[in-house]
Amino acid sequence: MHIIEGFLPWYWCVFWFVLSIPVVVYGIIKIKKVTDEIPESKSLLAVSGAFMFILSSLKIPSVTGSCSHPTGNGLGAAIFGPAVTAVLGTIVLIFQALLLAHGGITTLGANVFSMGIVGPLVAWLVYTGLVKAKISSRIAIFFAAFLGDLLTYVTTSIQLALAFPQPSFGAALGMFLGIFAVTQIPLAITEGLITVVIWNAILSSKSTLLKKLKILNPNHNESGDL
Amino acid sequence: MKTRNMNIILLALVVILSIIPLAMYSGLGEDEGYFGGADGAASDVIEASGYEPWFQSLWEPPSGEIESLLFALQAAIGAIIIGYFLGYWRAEAKHQKDD
Repeated sequence: MHIIEGFLPWYWCVFWFVLSIPVVVYGIIKIKKVTDEIPESKSLLAVSGAFMFILSSLKIPSVTGSCSHPTGNGLGAAIFGPAVTAVLGTIVLIFQALLLAHGGITTLGANVFSMGIVGPLVAWLVYTGLVKAKISSRIAIFFAAFLGDLLTYVTTSIQLALAFPQPSFGAALGMFLGIFAVTQIPLAITEGLITVVIWNAILSSKSTLLKKLKILNPNHNESGDL
Repeated sequence: MKTRNMNIILLALVVILSIIPLAMYSGLGEDEGYFGGADGAASDVIEASGYEPWFQSLWEPPSGEIESLLFALQAAIGAIIIGYFLGYWRAEAKHQKDD
């Protein structure tokens, strides 16, 4: 989903920075608030960030014959919401832009918008919606991670189609979706499955903390039932 | 289902999903246009339309070896943090039970 350095006209770079910066700033304020209120949540924050670090470093082959990577944004989004995840995503993307020449500084705003904002927003909506509907948190986190990942790549496709609408926006969108989103479907499933595994680990020892953060039903039991 | 069994099944599915493409395109490689990155595929399309990137990366890993070093480092940083906390939580829960 990385838009490579220099591959967006400057006005689009500015546009995505303008949209992303306020969310990241709000996320920093929210991190301060949640860690002041519930200091134990720092460990979950570290794990959510670390999870993003790992997943976005793994380039996995897909059935389309090209490789791409999961995003890891569903976990943080389900626990802390999209704004906090935007901050975590920004850290990962700066690391990759400076050290790996993946993504870039000029395209950072656009990449934060897709991987740090739209993906996590979708994941958070899906998670909270499903848990409210009394669906198991394991199933909820699977779909949150799956859709958070997929929508990140759909957003990248839209961003590129907006910047390069040749011959038309629709045709360009179809082509970029073909490159990014189709490749991503099996990887998004992989991301969903891995997120359930880490979710299981968090549930088994930190379910009290999750209840305190109001992301699990208070009467949730810890058994392995789906 | 026990959580451990569930995790084993989930991870087995992950392995299968990752192996399928390798089996499907077995024998084909980068030279035939397979297993390249989607990011690169998109930028090729954009460059073909005549667009000239206006900014270059400040620094690029000088070789594939160095790049894989840094990617492994990225994963290692994440893994050590997760491993530390999972172990910490487990011991913490056990300690509370013992009291």
